[in-house]
Amino acid sequence: MASEHVVVNCTINGENQVFLANERDSLLEALRDRIGLTGVKEGCNNGNCGACCVNMDGRIVNSCLVMAAECEGAQIRTVEGLADGDQLSPLQNAFLEQAALQCGICTPGFLVAAEALLEQNPDPTEHEIRYWLAGNLCRCTGYDKIIKAVQQAAGQSVV
Amino acid sequence: MQAVKYARASSVEEAISLLQEGGDGARPLAGGTDVIVQARERTRDISLFVDIKHIPELIGIDHSADGLTIGAATPCYQIYGDDKIQSDYPILVDSCSLIGGTAIQGRASLGGNLCNSSPAADGIPSLIVLEAQVEIAGPNGRRSVPVEDFCTAPGRNVLAAGEFVTKLTFPAPAGGSGARFLRFIPRNEMDIAVTNAATQLRLNGDGSVAWARVSIGAVAPTPLLVADAAAALIGQPLSEQTIAAAADASRAAANPITDMRGSIRQRVHLAGVLTERTIRQAAERAA
Amino acid sequence: MVTAQSPETEQYNVIGTRPIRPDGVDKVTGAAQYGADLQLPGMLAGRVLRSPHAHANIKSIDTSKAEALDGVLAVVVNADFPRAADKDVDTGEGSANLKWVLDNVIASDKVLYKGHAVAAVAATDHHIAEDALELIEVEYDLLTPVLDVRDAMVDGSPLLHDSLHTSELDGSKSDSPSNTASHLQFTKGEIDAGFDEADVVIEREFETSMAHQGYIETHNGTAYWRADGTLDIYTSTQGAFPVRDQVSALMQLSQSQVKVTPMEIGGGFGGKIPVYLEPLAALLSQKTGRPVKLTMNREEVLLATGPTSGTYMRVRMGAKRDGTITAAEVHLAFEAGAYPGSPVGAGAMCSLAPYDIPNQKIDGYDVVVNKPKTAAYRAPGAPQAEFATESVLNELAEELGLDPLEMRLSNASVEGNTTAAGMPFGVIGNVDCMTAAQQSPHWQSELEGPDRGRGVAQGFWFNIGFESSAYGQVNGDGQVSLVLGSTDIGGTRASIAMQLAETLGIAAEDVHPQVVDTASVGFTQVTGGSRTTFAGGWAAYECAMDIRNQMAQRAAQIWEVDEDTVEYGDDAIIRGPADEDGNPREISFKDLAAQLPTSGGHIVGRADVNKTSSGPAFATHIVDVEVDRDTGKVEILRYTAVQDAGTAIHPAYVEGQMQGGVAQGVGMALNEEYYYDESGDLKNASLLDYRMPTALDLPMIETNIVEVPNPGHPYGVRGVGEVPIIPPAPAVRAAIANAIGVHMTELPMSPRAILEATTLGGD
Ligand SMILES: Cc1cc2nc3c(=O)[nH]c(=O)nc-3n(C[C@H](O)[C@H](O)[C@H](O)COP(=O)(O)OP(=O)(O)OC[C@H]3O[C@@H](n4cnc5c(N)ncnc54)[C@H](O)[C@@H]3O)c2cc1C
Ligand code: FES
Ligand code: FES
Repeated sequence: MASEHVVVNCTINGENQVFLANERDSLLEALRDRIGLTGVKEGCNNGNCGACCVNMDGRIVNSCLVMAAECEGAQIRTVEGLADGDQLSPLQNAFLEQAALQCGICTPGFLVAAEALLEQNPDPTEHEIRYWLAGNLCRCTGYDKIIKAVQQAAGQSVV
Repeated sequence: MQAVKYARASSVEEAISLLQEGGDGARPLAGGTDVIVQARERTRDISLFVDIKHIPELIGIDHSADGLTIGAATPCYQIYGDDKIQSDYPILVDSCSLIGGTAIQGRASLGGNLCNSSPAADGIPSLIVLEAQVEIAGPNGRRSVPVEDFCTAPGRNVLAAGEFVTKLTFPAPAGGSGARFLRFIPRNEMDIAVTNAATQLRLNGDGSVAWARVSIGAVAPTPLLVADAAAALIGQPLSEQTIAAAADASRAAANPITDMRGSIRQRVHLAGVLTERTIRQAAERAA
Repeated sequence: MVTAQSPETEQYNVIGTRPIRPDGVDKVTGAAQYGADLQLPGMLAGRVLRSPHAHANIKSIDTSKAEALDGVLAVVVNADFPRAADKDVDTGEGSANLKWVLDNVIASDKVLYKGHAVAAVAATDHHIAEDALELIEVEYDLLTPVLDVRDAMVDGSPLLHDSLHTSELDGSKSDSPSNTASHLQFTKGEIDAGFDEADVVIEREFETSMAHQGYIETHNGTAYWRADGTLDIYTSTQGAFPVRDQVSALMQLSQSQVKVTPMEIGGGFGGKIPVYLEPLAALLSQKTGRPVKLTMNREEVLLATGPTSGTYMRVRMGAKRDGTITAAEVHLAFEAGAYPGSPVGAGAMCSLAPYDIPNQKIDGYDVVVNKPKTAAYRAPGAPQAEFATESVLNELAEELGLDPLEMRLSNASVEGNTTAAGMPFGVIGNVDCMTAAQQSPHWQSELEGPDRGRGVAQGFWFNIGFESSAYGQVNGDGQVSLVLGSTDIGGTRASIAMQLAETLGIAAEDVHPQVVDTASVGFTQVTGGSRTTFAGGWAAYECAMDIRNQMAQRAAQIWEVDEDTVEYGDDAIIRGPADEDGNPREISFKDLAAQLPTSGGHIVGRADVNKTSSGPAFATHIVDVEVDRDTGKVEILRYTAVQDAGTAIHPAYVEGQMQGGVAQGVGMALNEEYYYDESGDLKNASLLDYRMPTALDLPMIETNIVEVPNPGHPYGVRGVGEVPIIPPAPAVRAAIANAIGVHMTELPMSPRAILEATTLGGD
């Protein structure tokens, strides 16, 4: 049953990272346990909740469904990479202003997913936002304020 | 997670030899949205992932006069994002845009959907009504199988040891044809089909049905091609009666089980409902 | 964003505004440390082996192969724990027998549900720990599982506990052992006479499935048992002190030897009050001398933690033609799960409370079954009980041709009424919610289109108070460091700090709340029962009053005047008598704070409160649905939640609680269920098949906060977290009936259930 280790070279939040992963590690486990990026959360470990969502080569993926070994050469962006120093991104600010988080465990996944949405669709409809974020579960907010935060970040007027 | 190793193949030949060396526990890894879950839950004995998505011929979409070719590991988002697929094969958009959520679609492939061979797979009925051919490579060379003959039982298919799927090919759509896939789930996203269905049909100038194919899923050990439903349609005007007859044929073909996702009676009933709805909506697209 | 204060809060400077929460930045940057994020030097990873059977005797457990695996440092089973005394311990949601608490943490001689823990492993990494689980050999003797509350109550049903006897109404115990742990009853008036007066009587039976809290963060617990015998616990819990008390009792340590640090918590809704992993981590740490972190995966969470009770309920209600309800009889049988302690009592208390019904009889039964031990879930017991009563009330209104809100209004409980459970109502917002709902744009609108329907329902929850603590240190910069014991699940740092700021007359941003460990603040009860903003706010208020007094004293000392002549104003100016030249003596909070270090030292305000009162909460919800008759699927078209929040301290977080409660209530109404096969195997233990609403399943949720300040709180707070989960299910049921004419009798009202009630016919 013994497992071996692999060296992985990739770019995480703009920084070159070389790390040693257990061959059995998912990207989620590698980010949290090997690199210390614990902003990436585990809610289900099988693709059902979106808490572990990261951006990989320009697309959002569930990091629990990516093997760490697959990430050789990949560009990865996590919640830790959203702010520019102490300048929060517009989405991060919108989440705070709209009170779009309660417990906050789902927030990193929502932020990464919503950022990717706005990059490819800067003016989404409410339905498009809901559809894009349907793989991210939030149990606290009923989604209302999350949707509004995304609308605010998209520059739409929010009532 | 099982003690599983990882190897990245860069060519078809390399993948074949990795799969052969790995033996029974070796599995192709495309998007990983099924197979990583299975290895983690230790539901299947998996000891080696052979990552096939870096093989050039397994990724990408190619349109030609003969039709369409999709690399087996091409992720769903590329498929539904392709302009010509949107115009010529909208039924593939139907399927690919509802497998999992956005993040799943960033990785999940039609090849993986097919090879996972779940009775409830949302890609397979669409492939069946589009008359897709499955291109297979293996230690004994290449072969091609009609998609409706591919799955043999839940989680099982015709692939032999060392074989894997390289491409899916589709004939060019005939003029006047339209196709639609629908599934029923209790939520609006992120759910496995209780029942699903796909219909492709071609209409004559007078509105009667020239040709049709109907497929239903999650109602039998494999997705079904319902020949009787097509027979009920072909040569008939698209009347309520015709559509009802096709729905009856689907209900008759359905042979589901009861589980946490649906009951036998519910599934049989839905096979009829979805057959009707896909016929109507395929006809709208054909018009 | 609405930023204006409501008329009720305009008198305040801070209360009623919407400042950014103090812990917000950490939570949008990923810096916040939740329980599973913790890394300690030398830390080991642990995993738990769980029973594959719902009901079995454990014949033997052989851990030797697991222990021999390279990288495994310890394996523990129930027998490794100190023998638990047969006595009660405070569990944060009441009390429970200590032996049963331990047996639920790790099974002793018997497993009582699929997923029941039987052994735990600590290893150098979690992959190895998981491998080790496969090497533990457990021999079971299978027993027949008891899976339904009614089956469990039948004489001759297989017994879960040979030692369990029914506690009867008079305090006596049944002679023979039973799965029914207790029977309670509330009565009022003359039930038979009440029904005789009625022109119309409706009786309905209901069944509801177990449903899980569904917090997105799974459980975790880290322990470090130090060589000196002290034990540090780090965990995502709703109550650090109850964890301390339970762990110390289970490990036979003194409370002072155990320190619990509450980590950030990713949701709880009541489900993170019990201890599951903490005692296992403690024992593994003791055995290995190293910190041990245990985490659950999602399947374990669904199998072995939480849910709320499945039920069988029967309600009979009678009314006169004019809509006056004359009598109501309620029978509630609640599944407790494997050990006694369902929330049937709270359900019974709430079931008819919104209405002043002269003749009532409410019976409740707490029944054990081979399913996970239930835990509190948002207004525990009330969503089920009020689903039954509200549903029958809606049907009565329909039968009588009355507007359901009018009928409610004419029977509504008001100040001065007392419930059947003996709870007297003071100033309450029951009627206010109903009238606000009547006047809402939603209720006033027309609903058009086929297969669409509208439903309404009322909800009631009593809320609780109890112990909270707050320490505030005035810093030289004129700001306050506030120390709290309540874990912050939904913005309570903000709402408590705001009450301190209001009392001191300073800005919300000048208060810096921290949630600290059990050695650093006074005893604080769980974040739950909608108590945190209420009791925590009260503690903050008293803490601020203490600071005000001390600041005034200090000014008096500096000015060398009599203390009685100095006053702390609500504008944060401290004023004394005029000086010899007739100039006013005054100093601002900030200026005085700057002088503290040189005028006698810093000031710390303190308050420890224990409130037995609370402010009851009411809500009225309106929902529009569309039903797909061919598939049985229900789409929520529009939703309005009206709720009396008392004073809304931070309205955005009040709205958030309302919206979140609605989402959970809609989930319970439509799709969430525990799906067991006949062997007691939970077949849908994943978030794919345990179907909680996604963003695509809900519309925007309109909120209407009614503010009827609670006279029993310095700022009129009532507590808002729980009541909004209650009305959704009965409101959705009424809307479905309105749409397609079918009255559902079960939860969830899933597409399958609706098809079976319509097109497919019953089984
Ligand atoms: C949260 C979630 C939601 C989902 N929702 C849906 C849904 O709505 N509808 C649905 O149909 N499915 C759903 N799925 C299942 C899954 O996402 C799909 O089946 C997906 O299409 C699988 O593709 P993949 O590329 O990820 O396959 P992989 O996991 O990489 O592979 C699947 C299987 O096929 C084999 N395989 C892959 N590629 C090849 C190949 N080219 N040749 C031979 N064998 C191959 C693998 O070895 C494995 O056995 C969901 C999964 C998750 C986790
Ligand atoms: S943890 Fe990856 S999707 Fe839930
Ligand atoms: S804020 Fe708690 S899960 Fe979303």
